[in-house]
Amino acid sequence: MSERVLMKGNEALAEAAISAGCRHFFGYPITPQTEVAAYMAKRMPKVGGTYLQAESEVSAINMVLGASSAGARVMTSSSSPGISLKSEGISYLAGSDLPALIINVQRAGPGLGGIQPSQADYWQATRSTGHGDFHILVLAPSTVQEMVDLVADAFDLGDKYRMPVMILSDGMLGQMMEPVSLPEKAVESLPEKPWATNGHKNQRKHNVINSLYINPPELETLLHERYKKYDHINKTEQRAEEYLTDDADLIIVAYGASSRVSRSAIDMARAEGIKVGMIRPITLWPYPVDYIEKNVNHVNSFLCVEMSMGQMVDDVRLAVNGRKPVSFFGRTGGIIPTPIEVLNEIKKIAGGI
Amino acid sequence: MATLFSKPHAMADVPLHYCPGCTHGIVHRLIAEAIDDLGIEGRTIGIAPVGCSVFAYDYFNCDMVEAAHGRAPAVATGIKRVDPDHVVFTYQGDGDLAAIGTAETVHAATRGENITVIFINNAIYGMTGGQMAPTSLPGQVTQTTPYGRDVKTAGYPIRVCEMLSTLDGVALAQRVTVDCVKNVRTAKKAIKKAFEYQIEGLGYSIVEVVSSCPTNWGLSPKDALEWLRQNMLPYYPLGVYKDVKEGESRE
Repeated sequence: MSERVLMKGNEALAEAAISAGCRHFFGYPITPQTEVAAYMAKRMPKVGGTYLQAESEVSAINMVLGASSAGARVMTSSSSPGISLKSEGISYLAGSDLPALIINVQRAGPGLGGIQPSQADYWQATRSTGHGDFHILVLAPSTVQEMVDLVADAFDLGDKYRMPVMILSDGMLGQMMEPVSLPEKAVESLPEKPWATNGHKNQRKHNVINSLYINPPELETLLHERYKKYDHINKTEQRAEEYLTDDADLIIVAYGASSRVSRSAIDMARAEGIKVGMIRPITLWPYPVDYIEKNVNHVNSFLCVEMSMGQMVDDVRLAVNGRKPVSFFGRTGGIIPTPIEVLNEIKKIAGGI
Repeated sequence: MATLFSKPHAMADVPLHYCPGCTHGIVHRLIAEAIDDLGIEGRTIGIAPVGCSVFAYDYFNCDMVEAAHGRAPAVATGIKRVDPDHVVFTYQGDGDLAAIGTAETVHAATRGENITVIFINNAIYGMTGGQMAPTSLPGQVTQTTPYGRDVKTAGYPIRVCEMLSTLDGVALAQRVTVDCVKNVRTAKKAIKKAFEYQIEGLGYSIVEVVSSCPTNWGLSPKDALEWLRQNMLPYYPLGVYKDVKEGESRE
């Protein structure tokens, strides 16, 4: 393992992207993600890469689409309102089978909302980051180290499945500093992309990157093919961490920042003899339903903890499918719940067990 | 037997879907001829954003990318930044370039993004069936200006070459038309020059082609060209608005 350094989440993520072979970054300033862009502006020229501050999020994501079309490993980052602006381009990326990494350092919404941490873009990330039938891969780190580790995975998954990948961070993970080990070895070779529009060099037929299919049966067939890929991903790419679930009567489901708070609350509850554990989804799409399934029979109930009015709880309910009670606790508007608040919620439910 | 006339190599041997009398076909050919003349097909990437010409990805033999409405300059920027040896052109209509994509256009131009833009100005939205464009003339009747474009409520047309020629990043801004053989020749030279300037790394080059849309103007192809000469050209004078090599000059 390499030397541990103290880094901000946003900056560690940016450095990890460079290690993963990303040499093209297109962005636009917005709090609380700006450190990603600022770090890239500093580092990209040193590694022969491109940092470009676009005129808007709309332009930035379309620059990403262009660079991805040309076969580059490319990313952009933003925060909630900026992701709304990017949604057009994300739909086009998905419709054109193009890989790209999109970072959302979530802040509170709707509208301009606030600049404090939030998890209120879960629906947007997992249900639809744009118009039309499509999915993107969504990864949710809970530590700065995991943020670093997931960046390379995100690029690889995007290339493997030719689809956009989002890392769903938040203002807390982006701004906090933690000790982190950066990858010791930078990625040296990237996968071949024979589909890329990088000039045919008079050696092949022209490549076309396109999302327009004017003939309905052709588009329907294409979407069926794409959904076969999504089915495969659903079966093979689910990731989650289980914490003290084996003997748990109550399982908390939480991701990202709220999972950190929940972990503290679980430790306090355990000290009081309450058998509570946690499933922490790492992939939000595909949703780790297998982890719920594995535990649904032996627990009495589930508690979903989020920094929103309750969004991921829908996926927990879908996975539990009425077999056990599912309750929700959340703070929103940029407020991070305290471990005590979560502990109280645990006790309320455990008291009824 | 000697071949006297054939399609340029860069142009696919497929029927075009354009309406009779539409000038897109001529402009496509001029682009393909320029690509052939410069021997750059193997490193050229074209971008076809939303509009009548969105299917251009089937008409050119170089690599092609279809872009969202207005976003071609941003997509072009991404492609160009991956490899400066790529020769990148966008093919944009007036709604695409001067309405929904104004920000992308102005900023690609002011960055001096080293790309070539072919801008089709026919003063109307063709693909959606004849609505007002940012370049529709004052008084022009369209589906969404049924009583004529009233500048008090619908504003004035944008003169794109004039506007962009104020930006330092622009290497070439030239307005041409293809209503007659002489003007087609001038247009061909301008398009080839626009590609040459890109290859030389001089910056953003735009050739605006004042074009006709007989279908949505409700005119025969011949009358449409006459309408273009009588109405469009006085508002959109032909000429070179910026040329970094020769300084400001007008034909």
